[in-house]
Amino acid sequence: MSRFLNLAALTVVAGLAGPAMAEPTGLGRPATPDEVAAWDIDVRPDGVGLPEGSGSVADGEPIFSERCASCHGDFGEAVDRWPVLAGGRDTLTSARPVKTIGSYWPYLSTVWDYVHRAMPFGDAQSLTADETYSVTAYLLYLNDMVDEDFELSRDNFSEVVMPNAGGFYPDDRMETAVWKNRTPCMTDCKSEVKITARAQVVDVTPDDPTSKRSAAAPAADEAAPAKEETTEVAAAPAVDPALVKDGEKVFKKCKACHAVGDKAKHKIGPHLNGIFGRTAGAAEGFKKYSKDMKQAGDDGLVWDEETLATFLAKPRSMIKRTKMAFAGLKKEDDLTAVIAYLKAMAK
Amino acid sequence: MTDKTPSPTSRRTFLKGGLAAGGALAAAPALAAGDPAILELQPWANQLGEGVDVKPYGTPSPYEAHVRRRNVPWLTADPVSSINFTPLHELDGVITPNGLCFERHHSGVAEVDPAKYRLMINGLVERELVFTMQDLKRFPRENRAYFLECAANSGMEWRGAQLNGCQFTHGMIHNVIYTGIPLKTILEEAGLKTNAKWIMPEGADAAAMTRSVPIEKALDDCLVAFAMNGEALRPEQGYPVRLVVPGWEGNMWVKWLRRIEVGDMPWHHREETSKYTDLMANGKARRFTWEMDAKSVITNPSPQAPILHGKGKTIITGVAWSGRGSIKEVHVTTDGGRNWRQARIDGPSWDKSMHRFYYEFDWDGSPLLLQSRAVDSTGYVQPTKNELRAVRGENSIYHNNGIQTWHVTANGEAENVEVS
Repeated sequence: MSRFLNLAALTVVAGLAGPAMAEPTGLGRPATPDEVAAWDIDVRPDGVGLPEGSGSVADGEPIFSERCASCHGDFGEAVDRWPVLAGGRDTLTSARPVKTIGSYWPYLSTVWDYVHRAMPFGDAQSLTADETYSVTAYLLYLNDMVDEDFELSRDNFSEVVMPNAGGFYPDDRMETAVWKNRTPCMTDCKSEVKITARAQVVDVTPDDPTSKRSAAAPAADEAAPAKEETTEVAAAPAVDPALVKDGEKVFKKCKACHAVGDKAKHKIGPHLNGIFGRTAGAAEGFKKYSKDMKQAGDDGLVWDEETLATFLAKPRSMIKRTKMAFAGLKKEDDLTAVIAYLKAMAK
Repeated sequence: MTDKTPSPTSRRTFLKGGLAAGGALAAAPALAAGDPAILELQPWANQLGEGVDVKPYGTPSPYEAHVRRRNVPWLTADPVSSINFTPLHELDGVITPNGLCFERHHSGVAEVDPAKYRLMINGLVERELVFTMQDLKRFPRENRAYFLECAANSGMEWRGAQLNGCQFTHGMIHNVIYTGIPLKTILEEAGLKTNAKWIMPEGADAAAMTRSVPIEKALDDCLVAFAMNGEALRPEQGYPVRLVVPGWEGNMWVKWLRRIEVGDMPWHHREETSKYTDLMANGKARRFTWEMDAKSVITNPSPQAPILHGKGKTIITGVAWSGRGSIKEVHVTTDGGRNWRQARIDGPSWDKSMHRFYYEFDWDGSPLLLQSRAVDSTGYVQPTKNELRAVRGENSIYHNNGIQTWHVTANGEAENVEVS
């Protein structure tokens, strides 16, 4: 009897100790200070995490126009559906609020942290601390919060108060919910029911005939995924499949703005199908070329392996004010690979 | 044993019967009356199919090719930072197949090499630690089913009925069984300091997603998960490791989890200030609205899945879930909310996991205004869209758990509508 009780007691203890081990198991290893420093990049509203450094509005302007403006617009007004960064003050109660850094963001640290960790889109964590201070200062300038001679540094960072700093309060759904602990009505809950809104009138649902079931069951041929014609990389003798594969990886740097291959469309930059042999600045239907790019085309620049390699190595040294926000491919191998990939895909 | 093996006699009888039927058909095909699906010899009954070496990893029947995730191109600037939707109207039961779980990325799908995967714990801990995949798999682990719903699910519907299909109105959700290590175990391995109040999970992708999570939640039911529905996480769901934050908005379930920092205050990063805060009509915004409110939707019929069989025996089915517990009741109305009936919940009823409900009835062929209403284990009753708007205005974007209405016409077609 007593033995049984002891066993029961042991089971209880073991049960508690299972998922909630208080004693370390020794799994894992200590992180080195350098490892922590490499990954611990976050910044808090009280300034904890900000590195030494500074940057001015004047420093920020060229960086912004080179690295950010192709999506966010020269004045933070945004291109297409990319985020608007400036303006929008006094719109938060309107039918179409414009939530920008100036109109909505409560803390400046959020801007610094986000630009540094996730921007530019497709080339994250490439801005230095000083460049991040500069871009942050420039964003304050675009939002009419500082003058053009302003310089931001770790020392004056916490002095900047965002216009909407007081615009937030903690979740109070449970205190205000009108639908908690009520007895739901089951019969004769209302006298009449009218349709007040219809999605078919708005008509914004993507047009995809396969998305809806219909009475006629689709024939097997229709239902089966269309066999896409694979690019015959292997058949073309001059192309090295391994190189094309490497190039596909390098192309990830380009993908935010350029599409290539089957069904490629223009994005921030033109699609690259048919790029070889195409006159610069002349992709059909693409309207966002810089003047310099168009001029280069008028002057006879045609894209081939050689001209592309020169351009991609350092875009701005070839086309001075190109809108392509890309510093260039430093490695010769990357250049060769991405050109091989484009040749394979851009038919 | 014996009753599983057919006796030689019965097998022979069966074969004889089959031959006799085949012979009769061949002799007099013109006389056969009935369903060609039965009367005609189908290719799959006559020819050999693929062998076991053809598909080492199985895929659905080609007849199910329409069952897929879809996106709404106009929603975002670029598909690399965008969302697609789970085809809820094509699914049954409570578990979402891995390949149909909706995706939301901020910088595309990171392809993380598990050999180079590291999880770092730093900040207010006794020991700042680094774990490899192998280390993680030596901790005791758990299996739990949870729904993951994006806070913006149904967000396009705040200003009125917009998208015609429950895939688009409610498809930012999936429900799978995770295998993972309780976050509590890992935090205790590092040893929390007494002023540890918040954690900040961070992703390894090019968006380096971060959110602030209060320590109470971290020590409660969060998991550091490496498998879903029994297999490794899919790349688009955070392979090799993601955070699971049961019942809370999907954005906090950081994918490609590389680091957890422990701190004494929240970080107020981009995804918890500029995004995932709920703007109210007065211009102020709620923040830290983590829990997902009780919600339900009828998946069949719905605009993408009309009633094709005409009047008579009809099954209405759908899903319900709550971030605060389990679903106790689901009510269904066919007359726009005048009268409600109890739906039948079938399948597992787990906390913070999707529930499946059915309502079987005889349809007389007249138009229907279908709605479902969930009641969760805390007594919370799913509100109407108008009740929500009265409190929130129309600019919240997030946390729209209002009751959905489908207008079914006499021919069985369904449309997304709103009613008075």
